[in-house]
Amino acid sequence: MAIFINENTPILIQGFTGRIGTFHAQEMIDYGTNVIGGVTPGKGGSTHLGRPVFNTVKGAVDETGAEASIVFVPPPFAADAIMEAADAGIKYCVCITDGIPAQDMIRVKRYMRRYKKESRMILTGPNCAGTISPGKAMLGIMPGHIYLPGRVGIVGRSGTLGYEAAQQMKDLGIGVSTSVGIGGDPINGSSFKDVLEHFEKDPDTDAVMLIGEIGGPQEAQAGEYIRDHMKKPVVAYIAGLSAPKGRRMGHAGAIVSAFGESAAEKVDILKGCGVTMAPTPSEMGSTIAKVIGHKKAA
Amino acid sequence: MDIHEYQAKELLSKFGVPVPRGGLAYSPEQAAYRATELGGSVWAVKAQIHSGARGKAGGVKICKTDVEIEKAAEDMLGRRLVTTQTGPAGKLVSRIYIEEGTEIDKEFYLSFVMDRASERIVVVASAAGGMDIEEISHNQPDTIIRCIVDPAVGMQAFQAREVTFGLGVEPDLVSKFERTILGCYRAFRDLDATMVEINPLVITKQKNVVCLDAKMSFDENALFRRPHVAELRDKSQEDPRETYANDRGLSYVGLDGDIGCIVNGAGLAMATLDMIKLAGGEPANFLDIGGGASPERVTKSFRAVLKDKNVKAILVNVFAGINRCDWVAKGVVDAIKELEIKVPVVVRLAGTNVEEGVRIINSSGLTLISADTLGEAAKKAVDAAKNHAKAAA
Repeated sequence: MAIFINENTPILIQGFTGRIGTFHAQEMIDYGTNVIGGVTPGKGGSTHLGRPVFNTVKGAVDETGAEASIVFVPPPFAADAIMEAADAGIKYCVCITDGIPAQDMIRVKRYMRRYKKESRMILTGPNCAGTISPGKAMLGIMPGHIYLPGRVGIVGRSGTLGYEAAQQMKDLGIGVSTSVGIGGDPINGSSFKDVLEHFEKDPDTDAVMLIGEIGGPQEAQAGEYIRDHMKKPVVAYIAGLSAPKGRRMGHAGAIVSAFGESAAEKVDILKGCGVTMAPTPSEMGSTIAKVIGHKKAA
Repeated sequence: MDIHEYQAKELLSKFGVPVPRGGLAYSPEQAAYRATELGGSVWAVKAQIHSGARGKAGGVKICKTDVEIEKAAEDMLGRRLVTTQTGPAGKLVSRIYIEEGTEIDKEFYLSFVMDRASERIVVVASAAGGMDIEEISHNQPDTIIRCIVDPAVGMQAFQAREVTFGLGVEPDLVSKFERTILGCYRAFRDLDATMVEINPLVITKQKNVVCLDAKMSFDENALFRRPHVAELRDKSQEDPRETYANDRGLSYVGLDGDIGCIVNGAGLAMATLDMIKLAGGEPANFLDIGGGASPERVTKSFRAVLKDKNVKAILVNVFAGINRCDWVAKGVVDAIKELEIKVPVVVRLAGTNVEEGVRIINSSGLTLISADTLGEAAKKAVDAAKNHAKAAA
């Protein structure tokens, strides 16, 4: 099963013909992902990487029945691309783009509320490495070979730290059901809690590795959800324990941010909610192994 | 990106926000001349640095004669002002702002922030302006007024009135408050700010409303469409190591230790710093080289890290996804040859094209220390820094 994407999901590339879009589309195709085409406004009707190019997402969805999309559009135009996907009936969208203005993301999130929750597109990112269901489909920019297919879900803000976790797990023979990057931006499409809800429901996921970092309220929210609604075990690591207190100007940030934004506070909150913490970033794999009772195959 | 008080006031006044009259000065003589231009009998001389809490640090002086103004300017200019918000290094005062005096009747606190919890712009206000607002928000949270703005329609006049009446403002002044609040909101929205803070917002004895201080910060991701904001950047207020790296497109934060770090991805970079600390070392910096790092970019990163003279070892930790290990390896080898690097370099590569990357490192003929895992890399870097320090002593 996995969550969000599998080997059958028809996938569309937004920003298909650009340098970055081309490179990663080819990587996804090579991984076995069902890439059915792409969108580049003005290049509709042509063929790229052996697949059709469309002018609009709506046109592509009508023609191909695409269900998921990945956005490689540059920052000034990325918010527009996400809203176009939401409006065209795409069910799941990953936005890779780094550097989208925060107010653009506020508008995207407000715009998406015009659709009923049941039919609303799920967005992960921006500024993330994407999503992979190992052995089935890759909707992102990660090195696919470091993920072993298996039954542990990964959800994290940071791309490369997620790779680190996957590699450590692979070295111990532990596989991944789906790995989801929610991105490092202050305003993102899905929170930790949103993704955990999907993992809790997924029959092919037994446990979850959560990789957070300093700043923002989403790790603390996830803790409450885990405590009150999750039966599956969760292991977490929070990056930034040694980060210096940020220099700041004025008091506004301190008034608005609640308790639970520093790495140490997040660790305490998650522990209090029954989450097992990986003590160091090099023990993410071994901690999950302990929790799921996994013994390394000889 | 932060800007100075006088710049924030200039921007806000274009949105109809009332600010006192003032003028900028770079020398004591200029400061006295500005006061003459403004007229009146009382002036505030204010050090322009990117920090709040200047008053307690001696960065604001009330003066009654031009001799006093020249003396205050003399004391401030060229000095590094240390406040509770700057860190021990303080910030250099290279310009001062001379403002007409204001007779204060009442003080309020007003700010606008990008709130991560509601994912909207939030207005925060308090009738206890000028005092320690953080303490008040902690001890008497009920006295803080909050108002969330719907991004679909923007802030409405009734919301500004609700905030105003919540502050207990007398009816005659409500429309002035409403204009001020809506003006600040429009400036926030139209200029892609991340923070606007007016502390204090005052009612004068003459029953006028005026922003006595103003701070603004901006979304760096939006500067491409705000060139007039981007040009307000003042590099003298930044850590010179950070200015050097940021000007070359690298995300860098200077720290106090001796192990230079070159990492891809902010999360992995933070985790690397955590590991160095756990291994008993102190990182000299946070540096994220970002995706698609070319060999030239890696060389630039080495240059940036070596700007810090305290660096006794360098740790390169790259887990390539969008990057390629062979490119990074080539960059490391080129940098060490080109920059004649004397300190030990520990390299840990993983991910895309790792075999080719490791081959380039091992066949380079350079004495690089290689590591397979994050834990091993951190430990080797800490040991290398200690040995290098000993050898140099």
